[in-house]
Amino acid sequence: MTTTTDHVTTTAPSTSGASGDREVILRVGGLVKHFPRRTKGILPRADDPVKAVDGIDFVLHRGETLGIVGESGCGKSTAGRTVLQLIKPTAGTIEYLGKDVTGVHGRQWRRLRTEMQMVFQDPYGSLNPRQTIGSIVGAPFAIQGIKPPGGVKAEVQSLLERVGLNPEHYNRYPHEFSGGQRQRIGVARALALRPSVIVCDEPVSALDVSIQAQVVNLLEDIQNEFNLSYVFIAHDLSVVRHISDRVAVMYLGKFMETADRDELYANPLHPYTQALLSAVPLPDPRKEGKRRRILLTGDLPSPINPPSGCVFHTRCPKFREELSDADKQRCIGEVPQQREVAPMHQVACHFPGPATVDVVKLESVEDMFARAAAEGAVNAEDVGVPAASVHPDPTAAPEPQT
Amino acid sequence: MTTTSTTSDDTGRRVRAKVTVGEDLLSVEHLRVHFPTEDGIVKAVDDLTFELKQGRTLGIVGESGSGKSVASQAIMGLHRGTRAKVSGAIRFAGVDLLQVSDEELRRRRGEDIAMVFQDPLSALHPYYTIGNQLAEAYRVHHKVSKTAARARVIEMLDRVGIPSPKSRIDNYPHEFSGGMRQRAMIAMALINDPRLIIADEPTTALDVTVQAQILELIVDLQKEFGSSIIIITHDLGVVAEMADDILVMYGGKAVERSDADTIFYSPQHPYAWGLLGSMPRMDRIRMERLRPIPGNPPSLINLPKGCAFNPRCPYASDELGCFTVEPDFDATLPHPVRCLIPEGERMAIFREKVQPTL
Repeated sequence: MTTTTDHVTTTAPSTSGASGDREVILRVGGLVKHFPRRTKGILPRADDPVKAVDGIDFVLHRGETLGIVGESGCGKSTAGRTVLQLIKPTAGTIEYLGKDVTGVHGRQWRRLRTEMQMVFQDPYGSLNPRQTIGSIVGAPFAIQGIKPPGGVKAEVQSLLERVGLNPEHYNRYPHEFSGGQRQRIGVARALALRPSVIVCDEPVSALDVSIQAQVVNLLEDIQNEFNLSYVFIAHDLSVVRHISDRVAVMYLGKFMETADRDELYANPLHPYTQALLSAVPLPDPRKEGKRRRILLTGDLPSPINPPSGCVFHTRCPKFREELSDADKQRCIGEVPQQREVAPMHQVACHFPGPATVDVVKLESVEDMFARAAAEGAVNAEDVGVPAASVHPDPTAAPEPQT
Repeated sequence: MTTTSTTSDDTGRRVRAKVTVGEDLLSVEHLRVHFPTEDGIVKAVDDLTFELKQGRTLGIVGESGSGKSVASQAIMGLHRGTRAKVSGAIRFAGVDLLQVSDEELRRRRGEDIAMVFQDPLSALHPYYTIGNQLAEAYRVHHKVSKTAARARVIEMLDRVGIPSPKSRIDNYPHEFSGGMRQRAMIAMALINDPRLIIADEPTTALDVTVQAQILELIVDLQKEFGSSIIIITHDLGVVAEMADDILVMYGGKAVERSDADTIFYSPQHPYAWGLLGSMPRMDRIRMERLRPIPGNPPSLINLPKGCAFNPRCPYASDELGCFTVEPDFDATLPHPVRCLIPEGERMAIFREKVQPTL
């Protein structure tokens, strides 16, 4: 149910919002990361910095997954690393459980590190090839000086088992494992100290689809088991939709749109989100034939000299085709602020509104039943209930013991 | 076979008579590419047979290590002079490319068959300007002056949508963005109007918005030039958009082949079911859990006995002989499937168990 009021569409609060009154675990305000550049020469001087992250705000609740999507170079990885203070933020605050932890360093920060961990993108580059996986997964204990109850080895083996690896492979080296298995090792390492937040930076993009699904399921299982919160950084919009409760769309260091997952995918209001969604090819040739894309022209502008006003205006299809000259001046001159257009749905755009084309025609529950009936399913119940709990089928098989 | 009458226009460019869409352009027969290694023979491509008609697009899908890239490299003759053992036949417009001389092959590369690689930064030479590299590709096949070649390069860069090609032509690859480099690669592949373009993961390294631009460009150019395309990818969305026919590979072998519609709406091989089922779908109601294919892709040195997919197949059974008998792939059928489950039973499994979950 949507009512349109002056460019802004409001929607009934989404019931799937995982936020509600759950404990806020991480609150990030006005986070900025600029990388300074120096010109060389006789008189070195500071040049315009690379504005990798330019003022982002978000709140992460316990047990929640925040997905951050965007094109490469939009600053999403830097955002993840800055949140963990693997790189020092230029400005902004990071609160962990209500306490400002920005700039905390040394021993105090090391304590906090046990609470916040990271899973990296490259399963080949993020594991030391000269260490056994036993010592890789056990490293967090050694660094923190923590002695788990049954001893480090027993704990590491139980972690390996938890992520679906054979605990007897404790003494093997990373090169003996496949990409998917290595990513499991990375997950086990992140899980070792029982953190409450894990930043996953493109954890599945280097993996084949069939293996990708295994790792995504693993991440979801351990999230439920340990009540973890994730910041899930990825460029694959389908994966992000699957795993996230809330999704932030990032462009040139800024959040363009933040909303609950279902709301964002069903009712994207920012032209950039719409273009991004419409660009994803669907594995469905009949649908693909009918789809119209919103094509963005050109490439991502340089974060050294981002466009004035709204950073997206240089590529914005709405700016190009729909806006009057007066409106355009506003896009060029004034930076749009994040504003709440619907409950839990923020958009940073002067003229947000529904897309002119169907970006992704998301099937409704009725469509799903219709499809199942048309395709000759035995009966509608076989297809799954609206909550979309898919009933067990043989292809789901038990999680592989690799 | 279509003849290529070659006349010259004023820039010295050969103009090819319009090719007839629908004729067999490429037919690969029992192609095998084996690499002897210390650990044993890697059967990267084993008994691959397929055909491609003029003007059509074939999508080859499969996981990494399924042999899809090696097969395409064999078509380009890129295994010559290496230790790879290549056998079978690759007939391009009637000529077996495995039998032709190196010189003949060199002439055909670029002119008849061109390739777009996945990573344009490593496929382009960092030391030469874009214009230099494209002009070389043109002048190898055409006896024209540098000025004429340069004009042709500018024309092509313009055609693939590179802004201000007149100044961009003198840039080096590192001065281009990822999407622009891929455009330049496509321009280089098309500069001699090849009849077959092999695109090996052409958009994997690109963002979705740029991917959409590049795919649209490839489709447009195909319409304009009437070329055939082999597109190799692991992204089922990309093949759904591009391909007329789809070949699914697993463990170096073709396991299923048909037109795109059939592969997407009534696939028959359990591996194809697994692939379609394991990907999250943006256009469908969200599922609580993804359904991955259990296990890992096989080693190409020690393929499982019987059907290579048996360790990961939920329907494999002793009665069918999945663990002992290697299934056939009758490439002459319109929809061949390499699976031992009898066709009727397979249809029933698909209808009752698989389709409702896809």
